[in-house]
Amino acid sequence: MKKDIILAGVGGQGILTIATILAHAALNRGWQLKQAEVHGMSQRGGDVQSHLRLSDQKIYSDLIALGQADMILSVEPMEALRYLPYLHEDGWVITNSKPFKNIPNYPDEQALYKEIKAIKNHVLFDADAIAKEIKANRAMNIVVLGAAIKHLGFAEAEIAKSIKVIFARKGETIIENNLRALEAGLKIG
Amino acid sequence: MEKLMLLGDEALAQGALDAGISGFYGYPGTPSTEIIEYVQGSKQAIENKIHRTWSSNEKTAMETALGMSYNGLRTMVTMKHVGLNVAADPFMNSAITGSNGGMLVAVADDPSMHSSQNEQDSRNYGNFALIPVLEPSNQQECYDMAFYGFELSEKYHIPVMIRLTTRLSHSRSGVKRRAVLPQNKLKQPDDFLRFMLLPAIARKRYKKLLEAQPDFLLEAVNSPFNSYTLEAEDYSRGIITTGLAYNYLLEAFDGGPIPYPVLKLCQYPLPVDPIHELYDKCESLLIFEEGMPVVEGIIRGGYFKGSKPIHGRLDGTLDRDGELNPNKVAVALGLKVKPGKDVPEIVVARPPALCVGCPHADSFIALNKAVEEYGRGHVFSDIGCYTLGFMPPYNTINSCVDMGASITMAKGAADSGLFPAIAVIGDSTFSHSGMTGLLDCIYDKANVVIVILDNSTTGMTGGQDYTALGKLEEICLGLGVEKEHIRTFYPFVKNHEEMTRIYKEEIAYEGVSVVIPRRECVQTMKRRNKKEAGK
Repeated sequence: MKKDIILAGVGGQGILTIATILAHAALNRGWQLKQAEVHGMSQRGGDVQSHLRLSDQKIYSDLIALGQADMILSVEPMEALRYLPYLHEDGWVITNSKPFKNIPNYPDEQALYKEIKAIKNHVLFDADAIAKEIKANRAMNIVVLGAAIKHLGFAEAEIAKSIKVIFARKGETIIENNLRALEAGLKIG
Repeated sequence: MEKLMLLGDEALAQGALDAGISGFYGYPGTPSTEIIEYVQGSKQAIENKIHRTWSSNEKTAMETALGMSYNGLRTMVTMKHVGLNVAADPFMNSAITGSNGGMLVAVADDPSMHSSQNEQDSRNYGNFALIPVLEPSNQQECYDMAFYGFELSEKYHIPVMIRLTTRLSHSRSGVKRRAVLPQNKLKQPDDFLRFMLLPAIARKRYKKLLEAQPDFLLEAVNSPFNSYTLEAEDYSRGIITTGLAYNYLLEAFDGGPIPYPVLKLCQYPLPVDPIHELYDKCESLLIFEEGMPVVEGIIRGGYFKGSKPIHGRLDGTLDRDGELNPNKVAVALGLKVKPGKDVPEIVVARPPALCVGCPHADSFIALNKAVEEYGRGHVFSDIGCYTLGFMPPYNTINSCVDMGASITMAKGAADSGLFPAIAVIGDSTFSHSGMTGLLDCIYDKANVVIVILDNSTTGMTGGQDYTALGKLEEICLGLGVEKEHIRTFYPFVKNHEEMTRIYKEEIAYEGVSVVIPRRECVQTMKRRNKKEAGK
């Protein structure tokens, strides 16, 4: 089994946390992984992506080849589209629909949604609204992760276990918020 | 031993810690920063009192590391590729003096310039200095090469370069640890003369370095990190990979057998014999290098008398610039690739920008007002977050060349008659390379305004300390700036009018002025608040 995932968003939106949780869950299975991150200049509000490769076999390249990604997991709708050349024709796009507008020429949202809906396998939903609804505003990224895990073949319990470990130092409230976010996302996906 | 999930940078740091290192020296720079950051957070390093604070710049870091090596201890100096330009003088000369305790020069290159002003390949520097170079292909090799590199360095009393690239520095994978070695005992060099590079001694030392070249070559030929698969089914091409390019090759064949002979090169100088053998066996060569065509250039440059085709970055088989990726490698191999859909046209670029609430933004808005009447082209700048002052809506700055160049370029422009001539430099960049330029300004009584944007951190690389923190006014006074022309203010929306007035007053003053807008970086503030809330 092999899962190649492009994580996309804007600097500061929490995609590296998603990567850390998925990586942890994969390690618990005894899988191998490679995770290429973006550091430096683009973290200042620019577009950021991470290549996350999980497999029960040896992994060679740190980067995913074009047309090979099983999933684009994005916390921002325009950023989901930026990496389409990486997506396999049977791959999934799971994305937050709430735009992050920090540029003057941000495109029309409806036009973005139309492009996303044109992708065969997609989940498009307002993860910010759900996070707010369940009073876990800062766990939007985990809501998106929740919507993705079924399509990656992970069970809720596996991811929940990793969330508990990774957020252990942040206290009970934050763990609870993130577990609620995971569950809420799971219902969407 | 346990397996850790580490970035390439972190794997190298952990390897060095386990291999008995006594001190790390460096200045932050993407993609090298995480080496020392990892050490600063390491319990093992803290308990063993491993030196891990930042240096003023790469040159001071290299010299300090050489001093620690002189005293017999294992040490590493870290930097990004352009940092090696700053450290080039001690780097080149450390090859002549040689080292005593194991000395590793870890340089992280940034092909494709993700966060850099050029994509120079540090292997050129390794060749230039005539020292051994190690180029890991994966995270495990980063770890293992720390052990190997120290041994190699101590065997020949020579600094060894470890060359990383962005995709390895910033990619995470499992790393298996080895048993931890103790630190070296203090031991001064047997030969004190060799650090004394007077011409008469340096000539002898240089001959010695030249004499050691066959040994370095033999080490590279027999390196455990190089592998030579010369038997294969298809001899129509022989493949050479360097560093992490090897992974892309394996990926192209999905981990299965590769039909062609392959040389995996991870240690230099270039192993001559295996390359000759490959050339003799095959009808052509195909060379994959992450970075510049260094190996390809050597091979083409009269290395062979034959006329077989050599493919790589120099004949257009691969792009001349930019980093490699699995697709570029597959295409060069003539394999089919099937990219996904194109990026829809409505997707627009999202360039990096100053953070909401960034103090630099206020400094730029007020400065723009102050220089409005003079038109464009009066503000020189430097390397850091504030380079984003080039972008709209600010459009304030007109140059970004190298660390410290804002001050000296402004001075040169002022010398030639430009008025006003203004330099905008960050506080950490000032402590890296701004002080000597300011002294030039004082010496010549140049008519310049130097703006030191003080956000009290090294912002762009993620908020590291720097050596001049909290001492900017004293430094400027000490260098000779007049007290009444060192102006400090709090960059904030409410203060724009006052800020503009101060800028204007200092532009009007005929001489050296220093203006210091001072407010904490919003990212540092957020991290500090989080930390305090956690307590």
